[in-house]
Amino acid sequence: MGRYVIRRLLQMIPVFVGATLLIFLMVNVMGDPVAGLCGDKECDPATAAQLRREFGLDKPVWQQYLTYMGNVFTGDFGTAFNGQKVTELMSTAFPVTIRLTVVAVLFEIVVGIALGVVTGLRRGRPVDTAVLVLTLVVISVPTFVTGLLLQLLLGVQWSWIRPSVSAEAPFGELIVPGLVLASVSLAYVTRLTRTSIAENRRADYVRTAIAKGLPRRRVVTRHLLRNSLIPVVTFIGTDVGALMGGAIVTERIFNIHGVGFQLYQGILRQNTQTVVGFVTVLVLVFLVANLLVDLLYAVLDPRIRYA
Amino acid sequence: MLLDVRDLRVEFRTRDGVAHAVNGVNLSVDAGETLAVLGESGSGKSVTAQAVMGILDSPPGRVTGGEILFKGRDLLGLKEEERRRIRGAEMAMIFQDALSSLNPVLTVGAQLAEMFTVHRGMSRKDARARAVELMDRVRIPAARERVDDYPHQFSGGMRQRIMIAMAMALEPSLIIADEPTTALDVTVQAQVMDLLAELQRELDMGLVLITHDLGVVADVADRIAVMYAGRIVESAPVHDLYKAPAHPYTRGLLASIPRLDQKGRELYAIKGLPPSLTDIPPGCPFNPRCPMVRDTPCRTEVPPLFEVAADRGSACFFWEECLHG
Amino acid sequence: MPEPQPPRPPQSEPPGGGRAPEDGAVAATGMGGAMDLATSEGATLEGARGPDGAGPRDRPRSLWSDAWRDLRRNPVFLVSALLILFLVFVSLWPSAIAPGNPLACDLAKAQEGSQPGHPFGFNGQGCDVYTRTVYGARVSVTVGVLATLGVAVLGSVLGGLAGFFGGVWDAILSRITDIFFAIPVVLGGLVLLSVVTSSTIWPVIGFMVLLGWPQISRIARGSVITARQNDYVQAARALGASSPRMLLRHIAPNAVAPVIVVATIALGTYIALEATLSYLGVGLKPPTVSWGIDISSASAYIRQAPHALLWPAGALAVTVLAFIMLGDAVRDALDPKLR
Repeated sequence: MGRYVIRRLLQMIPVFVGATLLIFLMVNVMGDPVAGLCGDKECDPATAAQLRREFGLDKPVWQQYLTYMGNVFTGDFGTAFNGQKVTELMSTAFPVTIRLTVVAVLFEIVVGIALGVVTGLRRGRPVDTAVLVLTLVVISVPTFVTGLLLQLLLGVQWSWIRPSVSAEAPFGELIVPGLVLASVSLAYVTRLTRTSIAENRRADYVRTAIAKGLPRRRVVTRHLLRNSLIPVVTFIGTDVGALMGGAIVTERIFNIHGVGFQLYQGILRQNTQTVVGFVTVLVLVFLVANLLVDLLYAVLDPRIRYA
Repeated sequence: MLLDVRDLRVEFRTRDGVAHAVNGVNLSVDAGETLAVLGESGSGKSVTAQAVMGILDSPPGRVTGGEILFKGRDLLGLKEEERRRIRGAEMAMIFQDALSSLNPVLTVGAQLAEMFTVHRGMSRKDARARAVELMDRVRIPAARERVDDYPHQFSGGMRQRIMIAMAMALEPSLIIADEPTTALDVTVQAQVMDLLAELQRELDMGLVLITHDLGVVADVADRIAVMYAGRIVESAPVHDLYKAPAHPYTRGLLASIPRLDQKGRELYAIKGLPPSLTDIPPGCPFNPRCPMVRDTPCRTEVPPLFEVAADRGSACFFWEECLHG
Repeated sequence: MPEPQPPRPPQSEPPGGGRAPEDGAVAATGMGGAMDLATSEGATLEGARGPDGAGPRDRPRSLWSDAWRDLRRNPVFLVSALLILFLVFVSLWPSAIAPGNPLACDLAKAQEGSQPGHPFGFNGQGCDVYTRTVYGARVSVTVGVLATLGVAVLGSVLGGLAGFFGGVWDAILSRITDIFFAIPVVLGGLVLLSVVTSSTIWPVIGFMVLLGWPQISRIARGSVITARQNDYVQAARALGASSPRMLLRHIAPNAVAPVIVVATIALGTYIALEATLSYLGVGLKPPTVSWGIDISSASAYIRQAPHALLWPAGALAVTVLAFIMLGDAVRDALDPKLR
């Protein structure tokens, strides 16, 4: 187990470097980071050159990358367009997005798994067909459309929720945005659970459990679910990273000041340090989530042993 | 009579039509008796067993007729909850492939203990102690240490012993073993079969042994019922049947066993293939493959089970000819 | 006729077709659920087709003809195929059903509702929503089809070669795909496209190919490896068949099914992605007529004129749904486990 973790950590290094370098190059090569620093007006050439030297932008890109990453590992993520430290932005933005992600993951677990179990056990019945069609519709409607529609209906027409989330973003206000963020994954969790349940329902060990005279409830919860949820749990685990990165759209619709909002601002103003800083953290979250999921997999399925 | 199955019929509704898997089967087993149900795959022997246990996959499977009398009660008339209480406690089943039939993510101890907590309401601690006892009883070495191991950590023979332990946990009066040794190495087969026979004697259980292997049958069974296309075609005490089969299908099966004293001769094979259960031929289902077939009545009438002797029956119009020829 | 017992899943795999955890540093696509859906459904397909085939040459043919027989009777397939044919027709000849000019707008009529000759009403700039919705199909379908073609070709060539030859190149390619999977796709789009000033559809397509190919490459690699292990391929190798011949004649026909299924579903998601990027203001730009642009501009006055958002959004959803359903139906038809 220990050796496996070390091997996986080593494997993560090239992926981490590659992904951050890719983003670094995209932001640097394609945009002019200095342009954003003078606010909305053009910088005069002398100031620009001055700024470039100050930020080390006159050096080759690979040196800039190394310097930046060196700073990152000492906890210095640089400065945002408004002079704030990027770490300060992070300390306000990440808690918000983490809360949003928690709400989304809860929706996936509670609603997605429940629907999947119900449909998987009643494959081919009307409930199953209805839920299946519903999941396809949810997957087909892009998140931003779902979000705008829910905002229109619940926020504007019926006034059940505030159409935009306040700066503190408490859990209560994040329920609908969380549902929107989760929607596509939710539909996927439902389908995955359904397939898994329906497949395992015919498994020999389930037949054994029935032949042992166990009550139906116990057959389902202890024998069927435990096996069927292994792929679902791994999906939800890997989805955490994707949700945090995918929150841009949801945060924009509901005006949530989280990671997506800061990234969007950073990109609009071509602020390298904000964008690369946030992406670096997101990539790390994604990689760590994946590693944890693989370790969890071994816990859930005793047949898997890592060497 | 412990188990008395009368005129059992089971159908499967599939996309390709209705498969008539069991078409009027009669079986009976007494306490302490071993009945071997012999047949090729597709003959309906496993489906019969599943119908008796009440674990048919339904849909698509459905019992369409007959009675299953267990200790005098018709199981088909019971509510599902009543049947559940009987399953595992009064009748138990052993499956062919122990690796896939044991839950891969639960320890064998947990799977054994479950029998006691669910059916007997025992505490977890007591149930676990009983699980260790059971593993000892089926002669699994170091039972106390291995009780928390997972099924994949055992060898094939050990796993099948655990299946047996699970089946006899509550000392049921009937055990149905569906090809219990087919998946095992030949050397292990005999050990597992001996264990099963020994436990059966000890607990005076009725045993229904489902198999396609005539070799296994000869050693342990008291009586044999031969199934073909969802029907019993011959039923006889084991020695009578081996000595002189009263159905051409049984005769074909016996003739196709390789024997050392006939080395060098070409092995006999029954021609043709078993019929599709969605399309069973009219008349005697065996008629397209039968070497003794006559146009009437074999191709027109379904033969009933003729009484050959007091405890013996054959579903062949020409059983006398078969018996003496 | 086999004994009428349900098929049992093979026990060597973890139940539910869980992915193999040794697969690399990362596994999920990070492209959102629909992409994961496509990937996993393609993967089940690939895993399900074991080495049980009769012969090398009649197998793909019978697989496809069986699938076709199933598909013809599948209402889901028929409905989605008809929808897609209609969409293609509309994108080629939009004027056939919408005589107006999508760029002809009359500010005086801004945000007005449905009226004779203008069934969907007018948008914020006073343009006819019906005409714009019809013309929007062209861009969406073009982007979707071209991006999918690019992704499918690049992905299956790279993935197929890596799977076939294995070794160092395979390892390098796997790490590269891991890198791409680690970047959230909308984020990558924002960064890359925010600096592009071109108002054509090419940067968007280029971006989709750049970030989309690893997904197909992983599927193609997996199915080539599965196909390569088939007995008849080993036999062909033993008989001295050359590598290119084996790859083209024996492996490609067997490995192509999962790629097609995933690509079909991906096509739907690319159309949705284009709209999402346009909504974020970095995808297509006016005067291009696109559903994403229209939805984005309509979202500003959604309270006053929701119809200007609902029609293009509905068209977009139906289009995406059609492609996903088509992919789903094809997968079901090709998956012998569900037979």
